[in-house]
Amino acid sequence: MGPIIPVYEISTELNFLVAFLIGLGFGFALEQAGFSSSRKLAGMFYGYDTTVLKVFFTAAITGMLGLTFMNYLGMIDMSIVYVNEYYIESAIIGGVIMGIGFIVGGFCPGTSVCAAAIGKKDAWAFLGGSLIGILLFGETYNWWKDIYTKNFLGGVKLSDTLGISDGFLVLLIIVAAIMMFWVGEWAEKKFKRPDITKEM
Amino acid sequence: MSHHNYITGKTKYMNPYLAGVLLGLVLLMAFYLTGRGLGASGAMKSVVVTGIETVAPTKAENSDFYSKYIQGDNSPLNSWLVFQVLGVLVGGFLSGALAGRLGWKTEKSPNITSKRRWILAATGGALFGFGSQFGRGCTSGAALSGMATLSVAGFVTMMAIFGTAFLFAYFFRKNWI
Repeated sequence: MGPIIPVYEISTELNFLVAFLIGLGFGFALEQAGFSSSRKLAGMFYGYDTTVLKVFFTAAITGMLGLTFMNYLGMIDMSIVYVNEYYIESAIIGGVIMGIGFIVGGFCPGTSVCAAAIGKKDAWAFLGGSLIGILLFGETYNWWKDIYTKNFLGGVKLSDTLGISDGFLVLLIIVAAIMMFWVGEWAEKKFKRPDITKEM
Repeated sequence: MSHHNYITGKTKYMNPYLAGVLLGLVLLMAFYLTGRGLGASGAMKSVVVTGIETVAPTKAENSDFYSKYIQGDNSPLNSWLVFQVLGVLVGGFLSGALAGRLGWKTEKSPNITSKRRWILAATGGALFGFGSQFGRGCTSGAALSGMATLSVAGFVTMMAIFGTAFLFAYFFRKNWI
């Protein structure tokens, strides 16, 4: 029964090997999707390339469907799976700052690592910048501590908040994603920029 | 560049829906094996904490923030996410090599200079790094992995990141299109 490593208390060395191999798949998938190109990522926000939408939601749905079925089939103990903790203020503030960082810098941390790996100099600049940003947060932590730790409710699931089953929520998200994919495909035709897409 | 793409043949990138399923399966494998999803900014935090601990150990121990990530004699660099991100670096490199995409270059709009692009990238990185600490994770750890577990935090972070980027896209358009 999963999750394998915490349940069977696997050794640290093997755990790190697993981490490396999962990262290998993560980086490979991101790079194959084209996330090593900042202009492809930024295309999401101007409509000429909506790969980010398609990859992100397909991946999230694959993950949530898989977890829902594994839970249903008793293959994974969901009580020890980490559900992101609810601190509503800091999630919104952090998300807004990250959103500005995305449109200014053209990457997010994971995609910058994968772009840096194929030699994008702008990705190395982004990576350097992100270390500075983390350092700045660490140095000014006392200023934000109150709001950072405000309104903690534990790992709250959206399905519980809405009072619906996990399966029904996943179904709603799949329907919403299909509609968004349709809009994305439309946007790529409406806002197409062959001059940009042929270069990225 | 006319290198051959050994993965997809004629197209430059993998079909996005197929790449999404592949990424989702990697994410699912992470949950099945470790009980947690994927991450990126956490590894960068480990680098920063290790740096502070080396340069100013007393300061690191007295800080409410850094001390959370220092466990006894174990270097924070020995963390799961650091090995995972090293994997991302190698996995990205292998994919780029097989698809004929390796090469030193600065990707940018023809409207701007390389230097401007680097400054913007570093500034965006600093904002993203700062925001990822405030939001307890970035696009991978908070938004993607958070959504897979159906957590409210995951959906909120995802909407805040993408919503804000859309809102500000107009003001930064000259740098991209």
